[in-house]
Amino acid sequence: MMHFLLLFSRQGKLRLQKWFLPLPERERKKIVKDMTTMVLSRKPRTCNFLHWKDLKIVYKRYASLYFCCALENQDNELLALEILHRYVELLDKYFGNVCELDIIFNFEKAYFILDEFLMGGEIQETSKQSIAKSVEASDMLQETMEEYMSKPAF
Amino acid sequence: MPSSVRLQEMIRVIRSARTQGEERGIIQKECADIRAQFRQGDNGERSHSLAKLLYVHMLGYPAHFGQMECVRLIASTRYSEKRIGYLGAMMLLDEKQDASLLITNSIKNDLSHSSQYVQSLALCTLACMGSAEMCRDLAPEIERLLRASNSYIKKKATLCAVHIIRKVPELAEMFTPSARSLLSEKNHGVLHGAVVLITELCKHNPGTLDQFRKAVPELVQIMKGLVTSSYSPEHNVAGISDPFLQVRILRLLRILGHNNDTASDAMNDLLAQVATNTDSSKTAGSAVLYETVLTIMDINSESGLRVLAVNILGRFLLNNDRNIRYISMTSLQKIVQTDHNAVQRHRGTIVDCLKDQDTSVKRRALELSLALVSAVNIRSMMKELLIFLSTCPPELRSHTTSGIFNAAERYSPSKRWHIDTILHVLTTAGGDVRDETVPNLIQLITTASELHCYTVHKLYRALVKDISQQSLVQVACWCIGEYGDLLLKGECEEIEPVQVTEDDVLDALETVLQSHMSSPATRGFALTATMKLSTRITDNVDRIRSIVSNYSSCIDLELQQRAVEYNALFRKYDHMRAAVLERMPVMDKNSPGHTNGDTSGVIKETDPSKLKPVEAGLLSEPASQVCDLLDLLDGTDTPLQPSPAPTNNPTTTSSADLLDLLGGLEPAPVLTETVYEKNGLSLKIQCDKQTDTEVMVTLIGSNSTQNDITNFTLQAAVPKSVQLQMKAPSGNVIPAHGLGQVTQTVVLNNPNKVSLKMRIRVSYSNQGAVHQDTVQIDSFPSPTCPPSVSPL
Repeated sequence: MMHFLLLFSRQGKLRLQKWFLPLPERERKKIVKDMTTMVLSRKPRTCNFLHWKDLKIVYKRYASLYFCCALENQDNELLALEILHRYVELLDKYFGNVCELDIIFNFEKAYFILDEFLMGGEIQETSKQSIAKSVEASDMLQETMEEYMSKPAF
Repeated sequence: MPSSVRLQEMIRVIRSARTQGEERGIIQKECADIRAQFRQGDNGERSHSLAKLLYVHMLGYPAHFGQMECVRLIASTRYSEKRIGYLGAMMLLDEKQDASLLITNSIKNDLSHSSQYVQSLALCTLACMGSAEMCRDLAPEIERLLRASNSYIKKKATLCAVHIIRKVPELAEMFTPSARSLLSEKNHGVLHGAVVLITELCKHNPGTLDQFRKAVPELVQIMKGLVTSSYSPEHNVAGISDPFLQVRILRLLRILGHNNDTASDAMNDLLAQVATNTDSSKTAGSAVLYETVLTIMDINSESGLRVLAVNILGRFLLNNDRNIRYISMTSLQKIVQTDHNAVQRHRGTIVDCLKDQDTSVKRRALELSLALVSAVNIRSMMKELLIFLSTCPPELRSHTTSGIFNAAERYSPSKRWHIDTILHVLTTAGGDVRDETVPNLIQLITTASELHCYTVHKLYRALVKDISQQSLVQVACWCIGEYGDLLLKGECEEIEPVQVTEDDVLDALETVLQSHMSSPATRGFALTATMKLSTRITDNVDRIRSIVSNYSSCIDLELQQRAVEYNALFRKYDHMRAAVLERMPVMDKNSPGHTNGDTSGVIKETDPSKLKPVEAGLLSEPASQVCDLLDLLDGTDTPLQPSPAPTNNPTTTSSADLLDLLGGLEPAPVLTETVYEKNGLSLKIQCDKQTDTEVMVTLIGSNSTQNDITNFTLQAAVPKSVQLQMKAPSGNVIPAHGLGQVTQTVVLNNPNKVSLKMRIRVSYSNQGAVHQDTVQIDSFPSPTCPPSVSPL
């Protein structure tokens, strides 16, 4: 299973953090710092896999954002690259040509999409269309409530 | 799409802050607003505020005051509030917070909500941060949803069940019945979840694993469907139909087929099909192939399939994508011991990867190359390794040098080659070698007596060139001291003759003595070497005397002491000088006090204090030695020392080395006696008396029946004061018809010199039946008297 998924910018600013294991706040902060240092110091033409403690770290850079996840020993690293890519595709479809600012200003939506794709550190849905439909339907549910209440959600 | 105006406005304001201090000020103000908002209660603004708080939390600021608000929002009836409330719970609450228990009830209610999206929120949150208690409470609900709901909820409930099992393994049985039926679902999401669930169930309980083996044909069918299906836009990734599901199924098949012939047979065809038909031009295909290879190697697959798998890995090695090269080498590393020959075929490509830019790839290539060195390819491999050493990154250097030394030690074709190699390493990377290298090299040189001339010439030249590599300098000084006369003779067959005068040699040694680069140990070497030369040269003895007397007032205590003693040797004991400084005899590698270079902790003199005593709790006061053993025999819970698991690694020679070490002392004549013979199994013992108090006993089992004897294990017990150490047996299968034997070495330490007795319990399987028997050996064979045995 995946232990955590982090998104951070080239300056090391965290844009999204999803933890699939219970860890105290202090330890989470330390891990984020370790990851950002490790990944940002990697040279350009090196492979996307790292070892950290007893976990395999898989990272990929998309424009100005680094997507970084931690796997257990028996997990397939190449598949993890595909998982990260799938998440980026989902974001791209939702936001239409997604960029870092979209994720900054709509971080809660990025989480909602992630929660339709991964759960408990495992993949829950392998069809892009299915996920897109569910997110759309949830958004509709929210909007209907807002229209009814005639107030913006947040 | 509703515009989250106020949240986005706040984010904009925060981002426009120019300094950290300014940002902190803005955040403080916003947090105060949020707190006030929370206190006001329900006014439709709460979800606003929580969303803002979550953003602030992501920036790293404390947000614990929002926890109760999450609980309240989750209990709200509005979907938008629930949605952000659950998100907040996942971000701010974890199982360690007390507040997390408060949402259990809300989750329970939401699990039966009329809207599937609300149900989904509850399921997702439970799977993300559900504590063991919450899991126990809600497990029945989840089980219900697993069975009777639409596929959207089913797939989420399945993964929730996985989380529950991870948290509370005892609940696994609750989900086992439903798990199997989920495999007949068509929806890929549910199918994927089902495979993950079954994998998790099998991990926790071997009985369940047996049960799910029956599902192998079904899984094979599903895979076949995926592999041969036509293009399906919904699940297609770069030409592969649902690689995520394929990989997961392959992983489950691996677990089910491991160590089980029937299951492995059932999947052989499928694996061959996947291995040959999957297009690996993109990562998705490579991921599937990679998982296939891992599965093939881990089950009882036929040899043709294994070769296919290794070839796939070999192909990966040539791939342009660095990631694929890296994982290929990781996989090859795992199988290099078991499928050595197959991996050897790709040695060339692996060696080429030593030149890759990426350090991780280099590291993997280095480990693989070292594993592939054999007697046949040692010369070419060493050439490559030495080239690698000269350009390798600093963090890999010490690993490389120790690897090279190990390989040279095991496979060197000649002594000269061995010495040359070590010298090469010392000149290139002398700073990164282990401490034992110097004594090891010196010992090696002493044994190669025909090469003394060659060695000392080479070392002298290296010394003259560069005195910065301490290990090299130390060895060079020692050699010059020992073989200085050969150096001065000038001639040597294997090297170009260069005239070296006595002054030259003394100059070189003095440079080492005086240089600030030399460590104190090195200077010690140099001083001693200078002294030794006094008996090997003729003209410049006075120069040596003056050097030595200079150092008798040196600040370094060690040097000073040496110099003073050497001075005394000149003055008062000059008649003894020649004898004292004479050529050293050849050093035996196994002499006591000499530590082996590549010790793994096994090759040590058996130290009585380190041996494990046999019995944990025995009766404390024995009347006589015979009583001791009888107590042992009658006592109901005297634990017999079990034998350690046999090493299945054919290349480790630790037991053999130990035998060498103990056998280095005078070997007593060995006597073999049969102590047990029944049902075709015979057990012989053989004794080597090592010292007065130590005996090494070898137990040899052989089999004269028609069938192989399997699971052959020996356990031994000895009288209380004797210490017993059992080494790993050579195996646990004795081939039939006397075609092979199993040997096991036992070392007995008898400090009190009591009469040695040993009781051995033999257990083994033959033709499906398990046998157990006990033998008591009352005295051990020695050159004078045969053993007496009483079978029980």
